[in-house]
This record gives sequence, structure tokens and C-alpha cells, in this order.
Amino acid sequence: MTSSSGEALDAFYEALLDDDAEQLYDRAPCGYLSTTPDGSIIKVNQTFLTLTGYARAELVGRRSFVDLLTGGGRIYHETHYAPMLRMQGTAREIALDLVRADGSRLPALVNAVLERDDSDAPRVIRIAVFDATDRREYERELLRAKDRAEASEAHARSLAETLQQTLIPPTPPAIPGLDIAAAYRPAGDGTEVGGDFYDVFQLREDNWVVVIGDVRGKGVQAAAVTALARHTLRAAAIGHPTPSGALTRLNEVLLLEEIDRFCTVAFLQLSRAGESWTGTLCLGGHPQPLLRRPGGTVTAVGAPGMLLGVVADPPLPDLAVPLEPGAVLVLFTDGVTEARADGELYGEGRLRAAVTADHQTADAVTQAVLDDVMRYQSGWPRDDIALVTVRVPT
Amino acid sequence: MDVLARNNVTLAGPPTAQPMVFAHGFGCDQNMWRFVAPRFSSSHRVVLFDHVGAGQSDLSAWDPERYSSLTGYAQDVVEICQALDLHDVVFVGHSVAAMIGVLAAAQAPDLFARLVLVSPSPRYIDDDGYVGGFSHRDVEEMLDSLDSNYLGWSTAMAPAIMGNDERPELGEELTASFCRTDPDIARQFARVTFLSDNRRDLATVTTPTLVLQCSNDVIAPTSVGEYVAATMPNATLRLLDATGHCPNLSAPQATTAAIREFIGADISAGA
Repeated sequence: MTSSSGEALDAFYEALLDDDAEQLYDRAPCGYLSTTPDGSIIKVNQTFLTLTGYARAELVGRRSFVDLLTGGGRIYHETHYAPMLRMQGTAREIALDLVRADGSRLPALVNAVLERDDSDAPRVIRIAVFDATDRREYERELLRAKDRAEASEAHARSLAETLQQTLIPPTPPAIPGLDIAAAYRPAGDGTEVGGDFYDVFQLREDNWVVVIGDVRGKGVQAAAVTALARHTLRAAAIGHPTPSGALTRLNEVLLLEEIDRFCTVAFLQLSRAGESWTGTLCLGGHPQPLLRRPGGTVTAVGAPGMLLGVVADPPLPDLAVPLEPGAVLVLFTDGVTEARADGELYGEGRLRAAVTADHQTADAVTQAVLDDVMRYQSGWPRDDIALVTVRVPT
Repeated sequence: MDVLARNNVTLAGPPTAQPMVFAHGFGCDQNMWRFVAPRFSSSHRVVLFDHVGAGQSDLSAWDPERYSSLTGYAQDVVEICQALDLHDVVFVGHSVAAMIGVLAAAQAPDLFARLVLVSPSPRYIDDDGYVGGFSHRDVEEMLDSLDSNYLGWSTAMAPAIMGNDERPELGEELTASFCRTDPDIARQFARVTFLSDNRRDLATVTTPTLVLQCSNDVIAPTSVGEYVAATMPNATLRLLDATGHCPNLSAPQATTAAIREFIGADISAGA
């Protein structure tokens, strides 16, 4: 015990004596140079010579620090490093490549300080040079990974946009005797595919279907269900005479596919009778559309039904909605009523007020509601917004 | 578009005095003139600005198309002069901004009374019989240098670059954001700068011009300064007792004296 602690103490003193200032300098674990303010090398340590392969006599009084850099490094030195050093007094962790005596490159990290004399005039620059070969390789790998990540993000974004465009038809078809308009705004900056959808299609002459729906969730999986729902409804509408029949079929498909997502749908079948139309509406868990009658009164229509994809044989009542000339029916998703500002919901009250205003076209109604909701949440929707307006011309 | 906000224009000196517009080069911002410009603010209207993408300029004004050549930057200089209703302008440009000044004077010759080109180069890359000092490989390496050096701090710096409306005191600024720019923009500016070739534009500008040349300038060698002075119809070369590429930092007194002598001298047209 005593003897081993005595040995340790001896070793301590021996190392202390051996490590004088000159050795501290020459054998420092980094290259070390001193230069005049314009860069002429005036002193250099052994570690730097070992790293670069130069003899001391080749450098001191003969070369500038900048001479030891690659062409590109010289530009960087003169445009960034030297100005920074001159104005700031220090430069830290600058990545530069030095050219060794044999022409090979030494990737280095450089720290430097500019010493000033009593009159504040630059006197000497001290530079520490660290071999950064491995680190640089690691950084290159990082850069490559960053490039790959950016490319992949751009790819995903374009896929999402393409997918979104297939789910939302740009403009609904023109229907003789009916004025129809629709709008869609994705949540946030629109980079993620939403679950809201709408569709307008013809069954036979003077017989049309308007669908609006909302698949729970976002992203590619929600989009796949959205596509499934939309196409299932198109197919089911042909074989099933009532909206509830079509929604029941969709419910079966969702359960059969064992898809862990539910959705809400408003299915409106429209039949023309002269100047008027009769709607048959079925709501699979979807918010009740608002009907503005020619006099200006606004009421929620349709009987609430069960959302789809949860239980077998959900209650799905059909309800007739007469649409006389001048009537306006606004179908929407919960992105409208559940828009928030300072924690407060936009709500059905505000939507009713927006629908009550007298507009001459379906497009004007849609635009007015959309503008109002967007303004309410300062132009940044938290959730997707889908709107379809059906208006019977007077 | 508010041109003055876009380019972070700062003004000093008597409003009615002859204007001097100082333009910074690649790699920094208007701070490059901090040891020189104040020396003119008692006698001249001193106009400083940051190129779009540099310093405290409005990054949202960055347009890859407009800034795909130095002409876009020159257009900015002309727009700044017009927005301030400047006439009889002394333009002082360092490094690539020297060529930006030449292009601005070619676009709007009537605006400018004098050009001072500090360490100019109309082409950095060697060409048949012309020595610019660099090869294409050097420029590619320099872009790599930019990448490696941005890697460490680009993300950390982004908030300071993006959301800094008020100009902090210089001391704070130096520790936090000295001469730092958006990496993508800096990369493009570097490309435009070091791949540009404006040798043909030199002869078209007859504005009285001073070329300030340092010794041992690795970016713009003395032979290039001589080429600029010899090619411009109305230019004189002045060798500064300074080394390196940035006499505005390393020898501000000599730089100031040379500029003062030039703009104080009576140069009649055609001299």
C-alpha cells in the first residue's frame, strides 16, 4: 500500500518535471502555429510538422497560413475566416483542408485568436489545428443523409399531393337544373393527406348523388380508406335504391376489410321534379347539413345515424328533404364547426349565421362560409375542411 | 416591395451631402465596412446595405431566378439609389461587389459619379491566357468548405437569422451572428460569384474609377487588378500598402486615405 502510493508519487513528479513549457508546446495534441497579422508563419510546433510533413525551415518566415490551404479553402479563409478573426478576435471550429508537403489533404478543424497590443493594433495570430479526418468523413455521411432525407421528403410530399388530388375532384360536375359548388382546405400547411372527401355523380337522368365524408385520422392509411369509401359508395349507389342501403353496404365493407378506422358520411340522393328537387338524406354519424329556405330560415336537416365501420347493422334512417326553388343546402365536415380560435369552437351558431346570408349562387355561399371559417382560425385550419353547397335556382 | 427593408439599408451623415454607397462582398455583410464607412460620415451621406440573403436582409425577398447572376444584385443597387433619390453617387464595392458596381453603372450610368473597386476580379477562374487564380475544382472545394462549415451551426443559427427584426447592438451581434447567412443562399451566391465572368462589361463603363489593389491577395491577384484598370476606359490603379483580400479590415486607414484622395480629386470627364 505504502510502496505503491510512493511509486505513484514518483511517477507524478517525473512526469511533471519532464513536461516543461517547450514540450507542452512541441508535443501538444494539436498542431500549433503563430503568424503575423497578415498570416506569415513565425513559429510552428512539432505536432503540426508531423501532421503536415513539412520541415520547420520550409514554413517559418517563408509561407503564410493561407498558402497551406486548398484553393477552395483559401477562398473560404479570405472571405469568412480572416474577416471573422479581424473583427471578432477569434475564430472557432472552422473546417479547412490543409495541403501536406506530399500534396495530400489534411481535413482539419481550426481555432484561432488574434492578439492585439496595448494600442489595440493586431500583433500576432495563434492557430490551433486539429486533425479532423474521421470527423470530416462522419460529417460527409451526415450531409449525404441530410440530402437523402430532403429528397425523400420531397418525394413523399409529391405523393401526398397526387393522392390528395385523386380524392378531391377539383370541381363538381354541372347538373342541369341545379347549382352546385364545393370547396376543400387541407389542415395546416396541406402537406399531409387528409381524410375528408366529397363526390358528386349521376345515377340516371335527373337523379344525382352528393356525398361528403370524413375518415378518422390523416396520412396515407386514412387516404386508402377514403379512396375505398368513395369508390364503394359509387358502386353501392347503383345497386341500392336508398341512401341507407348504400351506407349499409359501405359499413359492411369496412367491417369486412377489418380496417381499424371509422368514418362519417352524409349521402344525399337528389331527384328532380320540374323546377324543384327532392333529396333523400342519410347520415352515417355525420353532422346534419344546414338548409336555408327561400324565406331565409335555416334548419339542420336529416336524422342522426350511426357512424360507419364500428358495428354491424347500424341504425341509418333515410329522411326526405324537399328542395324548392331558392333552397340552399350546405353539407360540411366537422373541420368547419370544430374550427378553434383561443380554445373556442366556431360552432353551429356561427355556421348558421354564415349560411343565413342571402347569396345568389352556390359558389358564393361556399366561398362565404369558407372565408368565415378560415378567418376565424386566422387562416391556419387545424383540421381538413370540406364543403358542398346545393342550390335550386329560382 | 420596400427596397430599404429588403436590403437592410442603413444611413448616416448629412442627408444633403454627396452619397457614398458601400457594398459588401461574398461571405459577410455591411459590417465589412465598419472601419471605413464611419470615416466618411461627416463629409458624405453614407449608405450601407446587405445583399439579399446576407446579414439582416429580408430572406423572403430571395428569388433564385433574380439572383442567378450578378445582374440581379446590380439591379438592387440601382433600386436602392432610386428609392433614396440619390444622384452623383460614389459607389464603393469590395470583392464581388466591385463587379456588382460595374454592372450597376452599366445599367444606370447617370446615377454614378465615381466607382471605387476594392480588390475586384471580373473572373476568378483561369481562362485561355487569363489568370484569375482559381480552377473549377477550387470552386467546388470552396462549396464543400461552405457545407462543412455550415454543418456545425446552420440549424442553431436559423432562429437568429429568421426572426430578428430589430438590429441588436454590434457587440451582441458579433458574438451571435457575425456575418452569417442562410446556407442555401450563401451557396448560390458563392456559385454566382466565383463562376461569373464580367470581363466584357468592364469596357462599357466610363465612370471615373479607382481600383484598389493589395499585395498577396489570393482571391484577386495583382495581375487581375491591373487587368481591370487597363480594361476600363476611365480607371486608375492604386496599390495599397496592405496584404490579403480585405484592406477594408486589415488596412482601413490606407483604404480610407486612398478613397478620400480619389473622390476629392477633380477628375474631368474623359481624363
